[in-house]
Amino acid sequence: MPDVSDFILKLQRRRIEGSHATARQTAELLRSVVSQTRMPYTNQAAALLDAVRAVGEQLIAANPVELAVGNIVRRVLHIIREEDLSSSAVSFEGLMISEKSDDEDDADHKGGPVLSAAAVAAAARSTLRPRSLQTLLEDGPLPAAPSKSSSAGDSEGKSKSDKSAVGKRLKHSVIEAINLLIEEIDDCYEDISEQAVEHIHQNEVILTLGRSKTVKEFLYAAKQKNRSFRVFVAEGAPRYQGHVLAKELIQKGLETTVITDSAIFAMISRVNMVIVGAHAIMANGGVIAPVGMNMLALAAQRHAVPFVVVAGSHKLCPLYPHNPEVLLNELKSPSDLIDFGEFSDCMDFGAHGGAPLMHVVNPTFDYVPPNLVSLFITDTGGHNAAHMYKLIADYYSADDLVIKRKSTSSN
Amino acid sequence: MAQKKGGKSAASDDPEELARMPLQAVLLADTFNLKFRPITLERPKVLLPLVNTPMIDYTLAWLVSVGVEEVFLFCCAHAEQVKEYIGNSHWGQSHAGFSITTIESNFSMSAGDALRFIEGKNVIRGDFILITGDTISNMSLTEALQAHKDRRKKDPDTVMTMFVKRSKPMPLTHQTRLGNDEIMMAIDPETKQLLYYEDRFDSSKRAVTLDKSLLADNASLYLRTDLEDCCIDICSPEVLTIFLDNFDYQHLRRHFVKGLLHDDIMGKKIYTHEIDSSYTARVDNYRSYDTISKDIIQRWSFPLVPDVLYAGNRAQMRLQREGIYKAPDVTLSPSVRIGAFTAIGSGTIIGENSSVSNSVIGELCTIGRNVSIDGCYIWDSVTIEDGCRLSHSIVCDGVHLHTGATLEPGVILSFKVEVGQNITVPAYSKVSLLPQPSKQDSDEELEYADTNSGVIDSPSIASISPANIEHDHVSSFDTEQSVLLEGGLSGVGYIWTSCETGNEEEWRYSVAPIPVEKLKEFYAKMFDEDESSSDGEQTGITHSGELISESKSTDFDDSDGEYKGDVSKFEKEVEETFERALGGVAEENVQLEINSLRMSFNVTHAECAGAVFQSVIKSAIIASNSSKSNLLKATIDAIERSKGLLSYFITNVDEEIEVILKFEEMCMEITREFAPIFSSVLHQLYDKEVITEDAILKWESEKADADESDKVFVKQSEAFLKWLKEAPEEDDEDE
Repeated sequence: MPDVSDFILKLQRRRIEGSHATARQTAELLRSVVSQTRMPYTNQAAALLDAVRAVGEQLIAANPVELAVGNIVRRVLHIIREEDLSSSAVSFEGLMISEKSDDEDDADHKGGPVLSAAAVAAAARSTLRPRSLQTLLEDGPLPAAPSKSSSAGDSEGKSKSDKSAVGKRLKHSVIEAINLLIEEIDDCYEDISEQAVEHIHQNEVILTLGRSKTVKEFLYAAKQKNRSFRVFVAEGAPRYQGHVLAKELIQKGLETTVITDSAIFAMISRVNMVIVGAHAIMANGGVIAPVGMNMLALAAQRHAVPFVVVAGSHKLCPLYPHNPEVLLNELKSPSDLIDFGEFSDCMDFGAHGGAPLMHVVNPTFDYVPPNLVSLFITDTGGHNAAHMYKLIADYYSADDLVIKRKSTSSN
Repeated sequence: MAQKKGGKSAASDDPEELARMPLQAVLLADTFNLKFRPITLERPKVLLPLVNTPMIDYTLAWLVSVGVEEVFLFCCAHAEQVKEYIGNSHWGQSHAGFSITTIESNFSMSAGDALRFIEGKNVIRGDFILITGDTISNMSLTEALQAHKDRRKKDPDTVMTMFVKRSKPMPLTHQTRLGNDEIMMAIDPETKQLLYYEDRFDSSKRAVTLDKSLLADNASLYLRTDLEDCCIDICSPEVLTIFLDNFDYQHLRRHFVKGLLHDDIMGKKIYTHEIDSSYTARVDNYRSYDTISKDIIQRWSFPLVPDVLYAGNRAQMRLQREGIYKAPDVTLSPSVRIGAFTAIGSGTIIGENSSVSNSVIGELCTIGRNVSIDGCYIWDSVTIEDGCRLSHSIVCDGVHLHTGATLEPGVILSFKVEVGQNITVPAYSKVSLLPQPSKQDSDEELEYADTNSGVIDSPSIASISPANIEHDHVSSFDTEQSVLLEGGLSGVGYIWTSCETGNEEEWRYSVAPIPVEKLKEFYAKMFDEDESSSDGEQTGITHSGELISESKSTDFDDSDGEYKGDVSKFEKEVEETFERALGGVAEENVQLEINSLRMSFNVTHAECAGAVFQSVIKSAIIASNSSKSNLLKATIDAIERSKGLLSYFITNVDEEIEVILKFEEMCMEITREFAPIFSSVLHQLYDKEVITEDAILKWESEKADADESDKVFVKQSEAFLKWLKEAPEEDDEDE
């Protein structure tokens, strides 16, 4: 598939970066993979799963640092499993219980007891999406839930009319669900910034580091609701994206102060809340974020300033971090930090016995351990770090956590 | 940031223009020189691994990333291997992002020939990028390409945009960090037009000769020595036509660029584009191989780094702390010590207590116990047995080092060489299974002269099977031209005698760092130079200074007598001439010869006189057979013998003083045995009318305010001086 290899090359060459862009494009790519997969007569879900997994493995390998790619691959796998279960439930039980299973899709979110005849399917499903405290407590369906269930209803409606087109229907419903996923990725900013007024209060001082689109939209939303507050922007060396953010905020009429990263500790005592974006949120509630974030989090903890991380659900990664400073990091070119021409004489390996004396380290990310994060705000609301694994269990199925091993065993 | 630019380049390039004319690139997969011999006898340079990835992969990856759509790959030597590699790699496939066309020519001996050949193919339709297959870069082209197009619209005579990068040359050795000579460029600060280019600039001379018109025609220009030529150019199609018209243009820089700059008739213009944050370098010699490998490991070339670069079927390397890159399936004994900045390829096994630092180790290597490897480049499938010591060497595929072998710094072991037990391969030696081609051309432009043999060699090499080579060996044990490794049958390979530059210059281009002694030598030399130049400035021309229509400042520097190196060279030449004179050459001829030497080295009369005198004294030492008693007599004889010559060159008082000073200097440094008889010799010189009384007295008065240490000889000659002063008339009467 040409677009697959094209996307892989782009990932490899670091032409696509940022979790939003990669997540969206991965979802779009997987949609085309699903639609191009030829469906056998039996075991259709398995065929789809294999196809997605094979592509997903390559995508993840192409840039292991972009965790959003892996997240979306796992989300799609989960979608396939879910759709397969609901459709197989229909085909096994026939027309009469199809209404029931339709309801069940909603009931699933509420975690209500399943009393239908499709007990097998329900049992299997409950393993897929275990009941969580979060979903139990939450009244009302998730923002995406109503449309989702209706789509499932549609697809099942078709199933009633034509049983022979099961394969087509599965594929269609999966594609529909992926479309919803893409929508969700696009809408995450709105969903998150809707909650802004609950968190930002009048005359507060907010500190942020670097530039995150999510944070920007979050602050914009609070401003639109006529909250007046001040923002401190740490510039975020060495890429200085904070400068860009400051410009954007000023254009929206926000009172903005730019500070150096090294002034964070000095300024933190005047700050009411720290709001930052993230590159990825790990299953333990730890955060992979632009470099400098750990320092900021430690400063915030020291002065008991709430440290809030805003992130779309595509940044939720079901993996537990192991040695994240090294393995989930990317060291970029030293040219961000120092001027090659100026330092070229320090790197004349002919002169100093051949051993490089100068070592420039330019990591992209920092790992913020979960205990430093006060609150996560995702498109589904606010969460504690300790509850991240529950939230993650809603989005991913446990079978997909390790994509690579599965793929090799199936080959 | 660079990433962003890269991303934009695809999108923001004028879409209609792109549709009209796909961006083309000419990639020369041959460098037309012999700097990587003997390795390049068996494998083309572009396929040599640079941190475990063939160089051409870096170049192609860059071309893709800047949005090149059509690549014309020009192969010459080992064309088959290059084509096969491209065919098997992912570059040849449709999804690579561009189309790649190989052009093969076995008759091209230079870049000029290659471009003429490409012109003949009629494939270049618009502006194209000219690059060699050994260039590593991560820069963005968008800006420069746009600037080039804009300039073309304004002035159709613009033919080329050259990329340059700031990089300080080493003040000691006058070498760039890539091992090239310093480059001197004159650039118009406004338009960035290149006005002058000299790639063999020697700043130790502290002089540069510029054409008068250069200064007359340009309001201001920068003279810069801190620029590195990136060897990437954006060329207009006219470049090919110019090559076609000037069939003697061979070298891109030395002929084409210089030719265009010096030849005003064509009126073609070359511009420069200075890149700042991104990295570009070309592997030109072993030193740059070392430097660039280290730059890659230090991630200057990001994203072209081992853990990101497309690895094909191989396992991807992972970066660990301290710049250690390791493939996932490396087997290391727990006691192995891996130092910083090291890359280890997949499938490699390293045994107990071995240590590796600052090195690159390829795939499927087997390294035994207690081996120490420092600063080495070990390619694939190499076997190193227990207890070997390697430092700063290149070890090619399939080499076998037996127990206890030692490689001294700068060693190159070509493919499949074997080194026997406990053998030490001496520093800077190059060992290959193939004998050294006998025809060695000492021509300076050997890069072209010898490419011939390189090309002809290649098919024959391809046809020799390994078995044949082995056989050749056994039979050619005692060939004269090449020495077989000592250690008899256990070692296999010929040691190449150092060609081209000779042993003296080996350190310049070697992978090994410059030896400490060598650096000390340079320090001493620089110290001397600083002493002699009163203002003690570092170089005649500051690294980058604006010079506004003032050629004088540079000219002045050179008359300041700062070119010690040349004077000593001159003295040597005079000495040799003088020795020949002793052998019976007529005196007039010697005079003529020394005079012409004086002109060609552009030294003053006084210096010349000093040199001649020095030669006389040296001949006296030889004649005296280093016995002290004979010395005075021998000196008198020598002075007597070459009286005519001396008086020819010593014509006025200044020159006489110079001679005395020279003699004094010699007595203090080179020929200390003269020290005790200084005054006697001085007397003799006076007697023989080589030196007049005036000169001696002037010398004394000059020395009057000198340091005590400098006055040793004045004191020694006190009696003689006194006699001179007291009885001037007497002296006349004596006659």
